[in-house]
Amino acid sequence: MSRSLIIRRAGPMMTVQDPGRPGYLGRGLSRGGAADRLALAEGAALLEQSGDLAALEMAGAGGVFEAACDLRIALTGAPMRAEIDGAAIAWNASHLLPKGAKLSIGGALSGTYGYLHLGGGISTPEMLGSRSVHLAAGLGAPCAVGDTLPVGHDADPAAVGYKLTVADRFAGGTVRIVPSLQTGFFSEAERTRFVQTAFRRDMRGNRMGVPLVLDGDGFASDGGLSVLSEVITPGDIQITGDGTPFVLLSECQTTGGYTRIGTVLPADLPRVAQARSGASLRFAFVALDEAVRVEETEATRKKALRQSRERLIRRPEEMRDLLSYSLIGGVTKGDDLERR
Amino acid sequence: MTEKSNLQPQLRRVGVDGLLVTFGDRLSEAANRAALAFRAAIESADLPGCEETSTSLTSTYLRFDPLACPHARIEADLQALIASQDWYAAPLPRGRRLWYIPTVFGTDLAPQLDEAAAMAGMSPEEAIRSISETRVRVQTIGFAAGQPYLGELPAEWDIPRQTSLTAKVPVGALTVAIRQLVLFAVSTPTGWRHIGQTAFRAFRPESNTPFVLSPGDEVLFEQISPETYHAMPAGEDGARWEKLS
Repeated sequence: MSRSLIIRRAGPMMTVQDPGRPGYLGRGLSRGGAADRLALAEGAALLEQSGDLAALEMAGAGGVFEAACDLRIALTGAPMRAEIDGAAIAWNASHLLPKGAKLSIGGALSGTYGYLHLGGGISTPEMLGSRSVHLAAGLGAPCAVGDTLPVGHDADPAAVGYKLTVADRFAGGTVRIVPSLQTGFFSEAERTRFVQTAFRRDMRGNRMGVPLVLDGDGFASDGGLSVLSEVITPGDIQITGDGTPFVLLSECQTTGGYTRIGTVLPADLPRVAQARSGASLRFAFVALDEAVRVEETEATRKKALRQSRERLIRRPEEMRDLLSYSLIGGVTKGDDLERR
Repeated sequence: MTEKSNLQPQLRRVGVDGLLVTFGDRLSEAANRAALAFRAAIESADLPGCEETSTSLTSTYLRFDPLACPHARIEADLQALIASQDWYAAPLPRGRRLWYIPTVFGTDLAPQLDEAAAMAGMSPEEAIRSISETRVRVQTIGFAAGQPYLGELPAEWDIPRQTSLTAKVPVGALTVAIRQLVLFAVSTPTGWRHIGQTAFRAFRPESNTPFVLSPGDEVLFEQISPETYHAMPAGEDGARWEKLS
């Protein structure tokens, strides 16, 4: 029997994403991969599996899914209302989705990108070494109603019932940046004004990047128009023709001619990707050595995510139908709440 | 800014995990060649912490893991490599190819040939001869997967991009501006003028060789008639190549 998940209803933009495909920058193909890489790591920790496995990225809203076999699931990223056969289930947690059960995931309560992880990972065919859909390059396509997502072998099919406590990165806030190769094209006065400005995420954002709007004048650089097209990396903040910033995300183009005022720290990029339309964002320059320390701390924290899981306590009054839970208990080892 | 090209390698940081060695603040043959040669040298030096390299028109980019290798160390390695030879005199990387790509110039398939020729001060016939007889080099791949920027064309072709965009050029469109050609790998709006049409797909994700052209490859766009173009079987582009080095 093939392990799979059937899509019964699809949100506007659901794509299969993993950490992306590095190595093709010189070929004009950006790394791509999950817009919120931390959410991928959180799902992997909840399911005790590799962070390289693919999950379903849901922009703005989820969909309705049916399990073709017993599956473990975990939900991370932008919190969305989720139910299994009508009973509410916790976000940032792992659950069992029994064969035939319907998982409904609604609109995002805050943030933009929610993630549905499956025990064993989504096993769609790899394209150039990754399962990530790269819309700009025409690699793969968004999920549609009726699609069946193949799911890989799950080494530990009963290990569910964990949750993670996650700091809120879904409502904008202050984002740390480092100076980059073209920061010097902006006068000190413009750089000061940049960090003093409260920006709002524009509604046009997507996986390539996020446009920001501000009250007041855009930003000007010296000699920006004569600068040659140069390499772009995710996190770069380019100042576009009208002087407004555009923060590049995982699916950005590989080179670009707009002048860049700075680069968002990888550790803070999920905060930009997740800020929803209208959310307030500010920027703060940090020195490179401090940025490296931030990345070290973040890498250590990511490694410890698995250890920071807690038992998900199911309160009987929250269970819509106790009988269905006892039936579910029959197909698990029955001890998943006790196991560590 | 001075008008004179800066021909001194310059090492700069790109975000938290990148470094860029720029060989010129303006595009020149020497700076482009230096960037290609320097990338090849970084690749074979196998620097600790190095994760990915690429070239833009005049720069070599290196992404590395700053947690595995401190900035000071990899920057010192790069400075030593920069100082180790005259990169502007370095030969082009090995394994390059010379491509022959059949192209329809002008006609309704490429409607801006006459306009571009006039801007370059040529008749359409002179323009076709000038473009099709110039062996251009892939200076960089960018904007879209597999998409080449080629040059350098004779000085007459230093024409600006259009201020208004063409709504859409098809895949395989050959376009011109600022002494460069772009062979479009995607169908997209552009400010470059559409002077030729090929059946060449520069990005073939379904194939074993998804990226067809490499930086340093050279290309001759050979003129064919619209009849020959339309007679080509679907999926064929008539292109061929030979080894250069």
